[in-house]
Amino acid sequence: MYYSETVMEHFTRPRNVGVIADADGVGEVGNAVCGDIMKMYLKVDEEIISEVRFETFGCGSAIASSSMATEMIKGKTITQALAVTNQNVVDALGGLPPHKVHCSVLAQEAIKAAIDDYYERRGNRQ
Amino acid sequence: MKIYADNAATTKMSSAAMQAQIACMEEYFANPSSLHSLGQRAAEQLFAFRESVARCLGAQAREITFTSGGSEADNQAILSAAAAGEKKGKKHIVSSAFEHHAVLHTLQNLERRGFSVTLLPVHENGIVRIEELRDALREDTALVTILYANNEIGTIQPIEEIGAICRERGILFHTDAVQAVGQLPINLQNIDLLSLSAHKFHGPKGVGALYARKGVPLSPLIAGGAQERGKRAGTENLPAIAGMAAALEEACAHMEENAKHIKALRDRLIAGLQTIPHSALSGDAHKRLPGNVHFCFEGIEGESLLLLLDARGICASSGSACTSGSLEASHVLLAIGRPHEVAHGSLRLTLSRETTQEEVDAIICAVTEVVATLRAMSPLWRDLEEGRREHVL
Repeated sequence: MYYSETVMEHFTRPRNVGVIADADGVGEVGNAVCGDIMKMYLKVDEEIISEVRFETFGCGSAIASSSMATEMIKGKTITQALAVTNQNVVDALGGLPPHKVHCSVLAQEAIKAAIDDYYERRGNRQ
Repeated sequence: MKIYADNAATTKMSSAAMQAQIACMEEYFANPSSLHSLGQRAAEQLFAFRESVARCLGAQAREITFTSGGSEADNQAILSAAAAGEKKGKKHIVSSAFEHHAVLHTLQNLERRGFSVTLLPVHENGIVRIEELRDALREDTALVTILYANNEIGTIQPIEEIGAICRERGILFHTDAVQAVGQLPINLQNIDLLSLSAHKFHGPKGVGALYARKGVPLSPLIAGGAQERGKRAGTENLPAIAGMAAALEEACAHMEENAKHIKALRDRLIAGLQTIPHSALSGDAHKRLPGNVHFCFEGIEGESLLLLLDARGICASSGSACTSGSLEASHVLLAIGRPHEVAHGSLRLTLSRETTQEEVDAIICAVTEVVATLRAMSPLWRDLEEGRREHVL
């Protein structure tokens, strides 16, 4: 099989798909020319990620990586979420083909971009 | 039940081809180069298969060299013509921007050896223009190599006209006809070299042929024996050649009726998929292979599309099977002017004489739903729909 069972499971039944209209932080990484874009939306409640949603344009492993990454940070503190590495995502997915590892990097970057945006918005409000 | 719609990648072997292959293994196992009677019987069979393939193409038996497939035939045709040209100081080759990689990579290797290569553009309809071919020809042009029909988008090239111009100018003309043989009637009149592959017309894998017009010199890629009149060393794969000959006979005997059946299904599938908004058929709608349907859908990526179709029992391709696993957008789609982000959202569905109307209708339904599912989770699609980006299709 080209992808692991976990990848196929998260790809065919992705968790946390969608948009948060009143998100506290939104991060978008990747670009259309390269064939993948990941967008992550966060609700943060006293430094805890109370809700997370994603939208992804990309291959099966990009969608699965987004889905797994959102599961890994939901209910976690911001510090814990920032500690999630792309390798953690790969491991949780039961591995990715070598040329698809960049999808997990994108997931890690999307988390960071959304948290950066959260801090930026909070900084602006204060 | 699986629906198989990836016949440009490979076809299912026909039972006639399988039977011919098994019969050959049982009866004619001896080496055709052996002098004993069993060897000579195998040699007679080899000759009969060569005559059969030649007859289907309208060639002479001695003009057919059996190879391991289309890629080998392409390599040998181009390298032979380049070697012949080089002897006369001609080191220029004309080809097109959307050849199969068996051709493009061979040309790149020749460029490293000092050849210059002109790749003709193929435009939005996926067809080379005759006037641009004329303009590209030079005094030192040794070879023109243009595929008969493209392997991704299925567009058919003006082969007879190209061949006529090459003949008039005394330039060798090769065509990679891997997707065309068995599907379209082939006229060899102005063709010097032609590659074919058995597994594209319900024959076995690992076998093909190179047609080289009498007098066109072939240099061997594989040295070591006098097989194939010294053009290709190695004991002939007689069972596979038997399967190929049977498959080609069968395909050519029923070509017209098959084409009619497959074209009707193709056009039904195209019409069905065209109802999906912001989608586009790739290449000319009429000058295309009977079984080729190729679409781009905005806002989604091809691999996820084809994996979700696979989960619903539909075997398709996002482009060429030879480049799957590559992250690059298809060179064919870029050549017809699709922007990268659109080229990523491609789907190739290739039908055969075994495809049914029920299958086509199921494909239309599944593709429509899967495209909608993927668009619903695509931030690119949201940007397009909410006006932050402009639709291209």
